[in-house]
Amino acid sequence: MKEKYSQSFTIFAGNTSSFPSRPSVKLNFRNFFLGFAYILLFIFLVLSIFLWVSHPQNKKGPSVLLDRASLEHLTEYVVHSDSVSFPSQKNCTYYTCFDVYKCSHIHSGRIGVYVYPLVEYVDKDKVPITKKITLEFHNMLKTIINSVYFTPDPDEACLFIPTIDLLNQNRIRPKDVGKALASLPYWNEGRNHLIFNILPGSMPEYHPFLEVDIGYAMATSGGFSSLTYRSGFDVSIPVFSPLAADLKGQNTGGDRTWLVISSQPNIHEDFREIISEMAAEHPRFLVLNSCASSPLDTKIRCRDKEVYRFPEILLNGTFCLMVRGVRLGQPTLMESLAAGCIPVIVSDSYVLPYAEVIDWKRAVLQVYQGDLSKIMDVLSCVSSDRINEMRRMGNWIYTRYFSSIERITLTTLRIINDRVFPHAGRSYSDWNDPPPDRRPLTSNTFALPIGPPRSQGFTAVVLTYDRLESLFHVLERISTAPSLAKIVIVWNNQFKDPPSILSWPRLPKPLQIVRTKRNQLSNRFYPFPEIETEAILAMDDDIIMLTTDELEFGFEVWRQFPDRIVGFPSRTHVWDGRSHGWKYESEWTNNVSMVLTGAAFYHRVYNYYYTSAMPGDIKNWVDDHMNCEDIAMNFLVANLTGKAPIKVAPRKKFKCPECVNADLLSVDLSDMTAHMTERSECINRFARIYGRLPLRSVEFRADPVLFKDNLPDAFKKFKDIGSL
Amino acid sequence: MQAKQRYILLFLSCAFLALCYFGGYRLKGIFPDRGRHWPPLDCYMEREEMMEHRSFWSLPPRQRQEEAKVTTLREQCRMETCFDFSKCASGFKVYVHPVEETVAMSSTYRKILNVLTESRYHTTDASQACLFILGLDTLDRDSLSSDYVRGMQSKLNSLPHWNGGQNHIIFNFYSGTWPDYTEDLGMDIGRAILAKASMSVQNYRPSFDISLPLVHKEHLERGGDILPVYAENIPAASKSYLLAFKGKRYVYGIGSETRNSLYHLHNSRDVIMVTTCKHGKSWKELKDERCEEDNAEYDRYDYEVLLHNATFCLVPRGRRLGSFRFIEVLQAGCIPVLLSNNWVIPFSEIIDWKTSAIWADERLLLQVPDIVRSIEAERVTALRQQSQLLWHMYFSSIDRIIFTTLEIVRQRIHQHLWKDGRVWNSFPGGLVTLPDYTDTPSRLPWNQQQSTSMTLANGGQKNENASQFTAVIYSQQQAGSPLVPATSSGPLLHLLRVVSRSQHVARIVVVWASDFSKPPPSRWPSLTRGIPLHIVVPQQKQNIGERFRPLDLIETDAVFSLDEDATLTTDEIDFAFHVWRHFPERIVGFPARTHYWDDTKGQWGYTSKWTNEYSMVLTGAAIYHRYYHTLYTDWLGPLLHKTVDQSHNCEDILINFLVSHVTRQPPIKVSQRKQYKSSNLSAVTSRSPWNDPDHFLQRQTCLNTFVALFGYMPLIRSAVRFDPVLFKDPVSNLRKKYRQMELVNN
Repeated sequence: MKEKYSQSFTIFAGNTSSFPSRPSVKLNFRNFFLGFAYILLFIFLVLSIFLWVSHPQNKKGPSVLLDRASLEHLTEYVVHSDSVSFPSQKNCTYYTCFDVYKCSHIHSGRIGVYVYPLVEYVDKDKVPITKKITLEFHNMLKTIINSVYFTPDPDEACLFIPTIDLLNQNRIRPKDVGKALASLPYWNEGRNHLIFNILPGSMPEYHPFLEVDIGYAMATSGGFSSLTYRSGFDVSIPVFSPLAADLKGQNTGGDRTWLVISSQPNIHEDFREIISEMAAEHPRFLVLNSCASSPLDTKIRCRDKEVYRFPEILLNGTFCLMVRGVRLGQPTLMESLAAGCIPVIVSDSYVLPYAEVIDWKRAVLQVYQGDLSKIMDVLSCVSSDRINEMRRMGNWIYTRYFSSIERITLTTLRIINDRVFPHAGRSYSDWNDPPPDRRPLTSNTFALPIGPPRSQGFTAVVLTYDRLESLFHVLERISTAPSLAKIVIVWNNQFKDPPSILSWPRLPKPLQIVRTKRNQLSNRFYPFPEIETEAILAMDDDIIMLTTDELEFGFEVWRQFPDRIVGFPSRTHVWDGRSHGWKYESEWTNNVSMVLTGAAFYHRVYNYYYTSAMPGDIKNWVDDHMNCEDIAMNFLVANLTGKAPIKVAPRKKFKCPECVNADLLSVDLSDMTAHMTERSECINRFARIYGRLPLRSVEFRADPVLFKDNLPDAFKKFKDIGSL
Repeated sequence: MQAKQRYILLFLSCAFLALCYFGGYRLKGIFPDRGRHWPPLDCYMEREEMMEHRSFWSLPPRQRQEEAKVTTLREQCRMETCFDFSKCASGFKVYVHPVEETVAMSSTYRKILNVLTESRYHTTDASQACLFILGLDTLDRDSLSSDYVRGMQSKLNSLPHWNGGQNHIIFNFYSGTWPDYTEDLGMDIGRAILAKASMSVQNYRPSFDISLPLVHKEHLERGGDILPVYAENIPAASKSYLLAFKGKRYVYGIGSETRNSLYHLHNSRDVIMVTTCKHGKSWKELKDERCEEDNAEYDRYDYEVLLHNATFCLVPRGRRLGSFRFIEVLQAGCIPVLLSNNWVIPFSEIIDWKTSAIWADERLLLQVPDIVRSIEAERVTALRQQSQLLWHMYFSSIDRIIFTTLEIVRQRIHQHLWKDGRVWNSFPGGLVTLPDYTDTPSRLPWNQQQSTSMTLANGGQKNENASQFTAVIYSQQQAGSPLVPATSSGPLLHLLRVVSRSQHVARIVVVWASDFSKPPPSRWPSLTRGIPLHIVVPQQKQNIGERFRPLDLIETDAVFSLDEDATLTTDEIDFAFHVWRHFPERIVGFPARTHYWDDTKGQWGYTSKWTNEYSMVLTGAAIYHRYYHTLYTDWLGPLLHKTVDQSHNCEDILINFLVSHVTRQPPIKVSQRKQYKSSNLSAVTSRSPWNDPDHFLQRQTCLNTFVALFGYMPLIRSAVRFDPVLFKDPVSNLRKKYRQMELVNN
């Protein structure tokens, strides 16, 4: 910096010598010095202000403190040997040991998490009571601080994270740590504190719970037994394996050389004997141990003299054994999941990671320790379908909840958050179903296999513009159906008011008119609050041929198949080899894949889906082109249910017997071929938007039981069924 | 002048340099790692730990296990320490201790024992048993109650198979008594599994105990039909009340605070919280200042009406953690709002209650209305549907509750079995899903539709099993029948030819239940396209239920069950199979029958007349999923099987009951050319059972026996027949795919 300035100065000086007149030079010099002085003064001020402002940051946020370098010189905090710790409470539950009043920000629906500043705890002799902070704990703290839950204000917080690294009990002095915890400013006997631990217990007992006095605090651990795990209070987390990350992206399906791999080093003789015996009988059973040449090399495993790279070898295994070691949880679980090798867990009373929310049955096999010798019988019975499904599930669980310290930490916080705000919490499906299987919330509308009772009836929704005469005709016809509960007229004409009450025909059923704001086809599928029954009969205002018996029977069929569109005019789609596209077909065919909504029953939930959950721009497209709303509806239902619509009764013409072409049900277009082409285009367009053709084609239709049977009409319940 | 300026400049430069120097030092403090490389932090696990060095082991696991088994305290019981798995090696059977008639027993416990002794789990041989159930009523262990059985401990200890309670399940509804209502049963249950209502988290032994719902004395013993939830609006129509509760409160003592403060929520508009102090004899002496007012408000609302017209219903704790409210609320189609801290909600091991109930916290009582209001309409509908589903599958009758309990225990014994949360929480549920049949849920009939659409989406891998069927022909020639078996012209042979012409048949299996010996292979025809033909002789020929035995030979999902005298055309067979593929969970077939209520006799009637509705499709010519063979053989209770065996009849009615009971859907009839049995033959053979009035009466009796054993009438009527799209349309027959179906004669 200094050099640069002096250089510029010399250049300037050099130049000045060539100036012809002196006084001007003098003036220039003077100006220059003044200017230079000002510049210096300005820089001086800026720098000092910057330094002064930046000064307090040093103390404030832990975000600065958590910098790698600052870990090297932490403030020391002396733990006094006479301070009293508070013993861990075995019987704690969320309701008895967690102070929920601290979290009562109901509307945010999010817990506030406070992280204590990082200091180094030392005893009175200045000896640290824990080993140096580990990478994993450091990452955990970083994750929490960067998460949405973090709050720097302890008064706002409902969860407190002590910054003493207790991940491994062997790295700490438990008694002193208890005292150190008790000296925390907001400790309050540990209430609302979360202690992160992965490896609990130490020689010789390896108790499955962190042997530190944590009072009323919650704990996470990778080795809970069901005897020490306080259900709904503690969080069981995986034993993080730093090796598992090496497998990233290498996990593929396909054939695997080994049926079972036991890769844990130094399994106890009790188990090793059994495992070796089994391996001797089964050629596809690979038993690995640490290598005699370098027993502490984590990256290799050996079978006698054969050396295998670890954890890559797990990519070749279908099942991977996880037998309990000195502790219940083992890092192999993570390595196996990462490698797509289905874990077989032999660890009695081990509480699996996040067992509270994860359905482990879908990803692992569990066997009691006593049944270890029968493991091959169990494994040989697992079907290849299940293997694929478990692998997929394991893979998904792993990437979503386990693959990094960051995810593990966030999952833990999420679980605690869901406990505090259970009504906003994730459901089983949210936690466990991989995205393609995830069903929308309303998907269980048809969870119960029964339709609504006949007595509820159906609501006829008739879309009309201005064809009053035929509308009145239709109304008079359908109103004779006993199951009709109500007629809702969707008045799509903004330029004309509906005729006065007096001019409407007198009907035995209630009638309501809904006026729309714009003339759009999708108005007919709007979830009007006027529709009170579950069944909707969608009608065009020119379908005059339907008989009462046909309507009643159609409703009867719909009640049995409430999740499908049940209707009268049917259409189908065929693959057109010439145009390499789908073709809309209205000819008399043996197939049905669509039912036109000019006269069809369907569940009103589909109105809701049509209006609010239609994929892509289908809805706008339909409104712009005034066509294909029925095809869009058929696509929607078929996509949601994977089922075909049902055509009722043989009738194919609905307007007038003499009409040649029965297709123009909804739109009055004169050019037939253009209309058909456009509808074929609709199918192709919608199929592109869905990414596939969801329609399913069937070769049957629904008729009354005695239809066309050789019986007098008097025996038949539905006799007036038209034939064409 | 110039010198002065120079000095100033010099001074400023020096100051600047000084600042740069010290400031830089400071800056370095702010961005310290710039240019400096720190050693990486340690891993939390040292190498020795990762490799679990030998020196770490001190307690051998086997020794640890043995010690645990011996020294376990009651609170520490887990399956691996307190349960003897070896007893279950031969199967999952339940032994019920003999009932001492001298000891009083509550009606609910009697129902439990009835259900168990008539179930498929039951065994009378204690040496075969995996689980043991007491013949002593342990439901009510409140020593002040009238149902309390005294001297239980000595009675237990004198039981021959008690064995310290090992492998026993003890059912209990009430424990402890005034004033603290502890969860102590007043007896030492040793190593027994406790299936108990009102369990708290602290006393619940996870994966060992089972939390039960509290049920009324009037609760159905079995059966229990599904309740439709009417008028589900999307978005949900608001019922009259948002949140409701009506019940007594205790004024003081354990568990009273919650109900005592409910009146804060009451707004007599959409949140109705009415309580009464009236209970017991001496309530007047204990009443507080609110009692009079509360009682008046309490009488303004009818309990039933309130429950049925509320969207959410509060389930607050009583003296004990669980209350009758839970079951009542589910039954009424109301969404439970749980207000019972530390309660282990029933069957929480298998049921995902998050999708069917709302958790509230007694400590945050005043937030309850806000929480409930914050739930969007879509979720309300989903919650209600799901709670109805759960009620139907696991709570609607005693047998469902008890079988769920047993199945949970079975699942713990065989930890590796696959029945996961998806199965338990979706229709038709875990009780009708047998884990031995398959280990992927998509192979079950009711998931088939989804899975096929899924495979279509995933590139259309065609599953051979899904596009073919196995024909199972039941041959039952009576001695003396004029029909000649399996000769060149018999109806069986004709049927074999017709079936083998179908594009979809994978294999034909003839179940040879005739008294004649099996004809030698040479007399069987060779079929077209090399379709394999197998003749199977059932072990018990006279046992008509043998036709539904799950055979390894049946590899396809579809089973086309045929009587040997069925006269069908290949088109009919193909069309029926086509329809079945779209309804794999139902029975799809030709001959339909219906049931009706006979008011004059006060019983169910059975008719084969041509009616406008049907509720059964006979398996003389029907197609269904092979899983129903497994269910028929392994799932139905022994009394049902006995009814069929004794009458040599009704097996087709029973399978219709079974399928309707499981799916709650009617079967499907497809059109047929004419009567499926050739009438001229049956006219000749007067011995044909179809013309026998006794045969008919027997079927009626069966029907009524089945209704009694199922506990309700599971059959559902349908008025729908499926025909080919162009069936009997006035167009050229050449345009139709299933032409044979319209030909009048052969």
